[in-house]
Order: sequence, then structure tokens, then C-alpha cells
Amino acid sequence: MQTTAKVIKYELSDVIRSKWIVLYALFFLVVTEALFQFGGGSARALLSLSNLVLIIIPLISILFGTMYLYNARAFVELLLTQPVDRKTLFGGLYTGLALPLSAGFLAGAGLPFAFHGVEAASHATTLMTLLLSGVLLTCIFTALAFLIAVTFEDKVRGLGVAILLWLFFAVLYDGLVLLLLNAFAAYPLEQPMIALMLLNPIDMARVLLLLTFDVSALMGYTGAVFEQFFGSLLGVGLSTAALGVWVAAPLFWGWRLFRKKDF
Amino acid sequence: MTRFAPISCFLVALLVLGRPALAQDVVVSPEGPVKSLSAAIEQAPPGGRIVVREGVYREPTVVVDKPVTITGEGQAVLDGQGERQIMTVTADSVTVRGLIFRNVGVSFVEDRAGLKVDDARQCVIEDNRFEDTFFGIYLAKTAHCRVAGNVLQGTGATETQSGNGIHLWYSKDIEVENNTIRGHRDGIYFEFVEDSRIAGNLSEVNLRYGLHFMFSDRCQYRDNVFRNNDAGVAVMYTKHVEMSGNRFEHNWGSAAFGLLLKDITDSRVEDNLFVKNTIGVYAEAANRIRFERNHFQENGWAVKIMANSLDNVFTRNNFIANTFDVATNSSRKHRSRFEQNYWDNYEGYDLDRDGYGDVPFRPVRLFSIIVEKNEPSLLLLRSFFIDVLDAAERVVPSITPETLADEKPVMKRIL
Repeated sequence: MQTTAKVIKYELSDVIRSKWIVLYALFFLVVTEALFQFGGGSARALLSLSNLVLIIIPLISILFGTMYLYNARAFVELLLTQPVDRKTLFGGLYTGLALPLSAGFLAGAGLPFAFHGVEAASHATTLMTLLLSGVLLTCIFTALAFLIAVTFEDKVRGLGVAILLWLFFAVLYDGLVLLLLNAFAAYPLEQPMIALMLLNPIDMARVLLLLTFDVSALMGYTGAVFEQFFGSLLGVGLSTAALGVWVAAPLFWGWRLFRKKDF
Repeated sequence: MTRFAPISCFLVALLVLGRPALAQDVVVSPEGPVKSLSAAIEQAPPGGRIVVREGVYREPTVVVDKPVTITGEGQAVLDGQGERQIMTVTADSVTVRGLIFRNVGVSFVEDRAGLKVDDARQCVIEDNRFEDTFFGIYLAKTAHCRVAGNVLQGTGATETQSGNGIHLWYSKDIEVENNTIRGHRDGIYFEFVEDSRIAGNLSEVNLRYGLHFMFSDRCQYRDNVFRNNDAGVAVMYTKHVEMSGNRFEHNWGSAAFGLLLKDITDSRVEDNLFVKNTIGVYAEAANRIRFERNHFQENGWAVKIMANSLDNVFTRNNFIANTFDVATNSSRKHRSRFEQNYWDNYEGYDLDRDGYGDVPFRPVRLFSIIVEKNEPSLLLLRSFFIDVLDAAERVVPSITPETLADEKPVMKRIL
């Protein structure tokens, strides 16, 4: 346990020293503040910020995570010559990255809201959902980044795969969903849509945000089905479980590879 | 001269106070001698006045069958005890003012009302309160009446168990002004009503529509507020309607409309405010309507116009922060025109600085067409992929209706 703490501590100081994380937090701070200044109230700021969170956080997390693990190779090799077991090291590396990234986002996006406040109580729910999904997306895409970095020896290849994976989840997946919807337009698609959304963490976060924005009224029957599902205990359990699996699965797989990896 | 002083003083007092019962007034009060309104009507001469003193009156349905003026003083309550209609007016020139109608009770057999005017003219219904009346004010086969300043509060829980607030059937030249209607099935309901003016009313939290009319030609709707009604406002099968200065606010739900126009022709919709409705204006088979200087803000769809609507004109309207500006169900040729509106989604430029954008604006997004065809796809709203798709379609339109475009979009918001 102490070793893990030491690894995390080292990682944290390293990440902060690289100033990346400060820039990251500053980016969210400036953008959120700008949205407040130019967009008017907290409703518009939340809406624009949610669009940003769904695109930027996965991208930064997966790219930064991949790069970080490649760059930390020398450090990893050095530590492995010491009596440090691999599980501890891997856990430390992951926590040491996911933690500051989440904190950077929370501080950057949260501070302007803490300062300006929210206009309505319902906005507070949306804000919490937004911050929570931001943190979860950070955890998920950092885990994916570690999986990629452990799988591919070649740095350039790894980065390429990272970008592709982001592109798939952020853009292509929705295109495929749309194709599917069109192909099966004659069938009731509400239930399959729920399953499809659970399979992509970005879509999952987007839908949760949509529902808190009260957009479900636009959706007629579809909205009613979704609201019922995500409002029920089963829905909340399933969506939380889905996001949990999205963190745990790549992390577990990555650790298994890391354990056997020949450095 | 001095001899007349006391008399003139009395006359002046009478003019100033106005209220004290005159000799020919019939006074109804719980202490008597006249203890019921029905008895008072029997006693009163045609054209006489009846003053109802403070108190709660429980009596069989009051039938007003001669021209009288009935005025309530203080809390003059007519209680229907949940089992009957309270007042029926069958004579011309009846005025009912300042009474409280309470507790009519639900009926599935007849349309009971707090106050029903049946086949009469020149009635005036002013400043009354209607509490928990099934139907509030019900005018059937009336003409030249005035319904003003009434407050109607219904407590129905479901559509089937509640009646309409102000219900007009087969009437002409009616003024409905400054009433407040809450918690009824339809706030204001018109069927076969002509040449009437509806102004300054507030109709909110009703179970179905804030305003609902059919076959009611040549009516004017001014400065009313329709807010938070379960299904918004729906108007149908009518010609020559004029709606101006009304506010349609927060009619939010999967089947709610700010203003639903079905088979409305040759009408004008001007200077209205549509804020936070699921659908601001829904037009189906609506023809030759002029939408001018309206303000559409934060609606799901600002305007949904079906392809069977012809020759409508949208000009000098503001479209601000709507999820979809305009949606339609067909990508073929459109026969409605959009010109000189302000669109906050417009990304064009104005090089010659004449206040109008140099490139046309196409308010129909590709995504809105996709959603119209396949509802579940709305779940992809705000997806990055969809934004890319919309942008591509905007550059080279192929699916969105080519004719549905604002050729001269205004650069600055219209005040």
C-alpha cells in the first residue's frame, strides 16, 4: 500500500511539473468563464460545456494517457528492478494520471459555476451529471489509453490507434447507429437504442445529460421510454454498471498484459 | 335654498357612494327578509337591481328569467353543494357581478356550469369568482355579451373529470377580457363563435388546452397569456383569425404545442411571444397565414410546418436558441415563404452592410428531417457526428427542401 502511495505521489509531482495538467485545468476554466461571459446564464453555459466535455475529455485523456505511459517507460523499467510488484506499479501509474486529470477538469469547469452560481435548482442536477460524467469519461479513456500503450510496442502506432479509438467512439459510432436506425426503421427501436447507447461511454454520458436538460419532452414516445428506463432503479443500476465495466474492463485487460510484459 | 340642502346632500352621497340599496333594490341576506336569490328574482321588477349580501347561499339552481342586475357584496357565495348547476340565465340584459360560485360537482351526464347563459343577449358577467365549478362560465346561443375580470379556479384531476373554464358555443360578438383561468380542462373553449374579442386573459395550468377553438371565424385574440397548459393551445377549422401580442409560454411535454394551427386560413399571427414550448407553432393544412414580428425563443421546435400548408408568410420574426428552428415532413417543394427573419443560427455575412445577410439561410436542418422520419434518432441530438452531417448538408443541400430558405435573413435581432 505504501509503495502504491509513493508511486502515486511521484506521478502527481511529475504530472504537475510537466505543466500539462495546469494548462488542461486552465483551458476548462477559461472556456467555462467565457461561456458565462458571452453566453449569458448558466443554462447556455451548461449546454455548450456539455458538448465540449463529450468531445475534449475523451480525446485528451486517451492521447495524454498513451503518451504518458510511453514516456514513463524508463521510469517503469527502473522501478521494476526494485522490489516493487507490478500490480502496485500499474495501479499507481493509473491513479497518478486519472486523478490529476479529473481534478483538473473539476477545478477548471467547477470554479466558474461555484463563483457565478446556477440559476435554477434543475441546473444543479445537470451540473452534477456533467461533472460526474466528465470524471467517468476521464477514467474510462485513461484506462483505454493504458491498454493501448501496453499492447503496442511502437509509440507512433499506439498514438494512431488511440486517435482511431477516439474517432470511433466520438463520431463513427453515432454514424453506425444512424445507419442501423435507418435500416430497421420499420421496427420499434426504443429498447435496442438503450442497449446501443450503453455500449458507448460517450453516448451514455450524452444521453444522461440530454435527459437532465429536459429534452425528453421533445422525443415523444422515445423520450418517455428513455425517461422511464433511466428513471428506474434498474436503469440507474445498469447505466452505472455499464460505466463501471467501461473503467474496469480495459484496466483489467491492460494489467494482465502489463503483468506479463517483457520490458 | 337652505331648505333643499339636506336633500341635495343626500343625493350627492348617493352619487358618491352609489352602493347603498335603493328603495327598489331587492336585498338578499342570510338574516332576511329575503333569504334566497331565487326569491329575490321573483320579487324584482324587470330592470331592477338585486344586491346579495355577504353569506353562503344554498338553494336549487337559480334561474334568472328577467332582465336584472345581480351584484354581490363582500363574500357572497353561491354553493352548489357538489350536486347541481348554480345559475342559469335565460333572459336578455342580465348582469352578474361580484359573486362567488362554488362547488358544482362533476357530472358525466350534463354539462353543468357555475353560470350558464342559454339563448340570451346583452349579458354582462363581471368580477365573479368560480371555485371548483365543473364548467365555469358557459354561454350557449348568446350574442353581444361581455365576460370580464372573472377568476376561475378548477380542481379537476383528469381531463374526463373536469370541464372548461369559459365555454362558448354558438355565440356572436362576445367580449372575453381580463379573466384568469386555472385548473380546468380547456381554459377557453369556443365552438361556432363569431366576431368576438378575447383580450388580456391569463389561462394557465389547465389540464388540456389553454385556448381551444373550432369553427369560430373572425375572432381577435390580443395580449393573452397561455402558460403551462398540458397541451398548450390548439385551434382548428377557422378563417380570419387575428392573434397578436399573446404569450405562449412553457407548454412543455411530449404532446404540447405553443400554438397548433389546423385548417386555419387567411389569418394573422403577429407580435406574439413563443417561449419554452416543445413546439412553438405547429401548422397543418394552414393556409395564407401571415406570421409577423413574433419572437421564438428556447423552443424544441420553433416552427413545425407540414407540407400541406400553403402560401404562409413568415417575416420579421426572431428565432433564438431553439433546438430546431424549422422542421417539415417533406423535402419536396414548399409553398410557404420565409423572408427577412432573424436567425441566431445564421452563419452568413453582410458585405454590403445593408443589414441583410448576403447568402440565404436554410432553417431546416438535415437532422430534423431524419428525426421526422425516424423518431428514435432524436437520441443522437448534440452528437458530434450529427453536427458534422448538418454542416455538410448546409454546404451542399441535397435532402433538405431547397425552396424552404430565407433569402434575405436579417443580421440583427428585430426588436
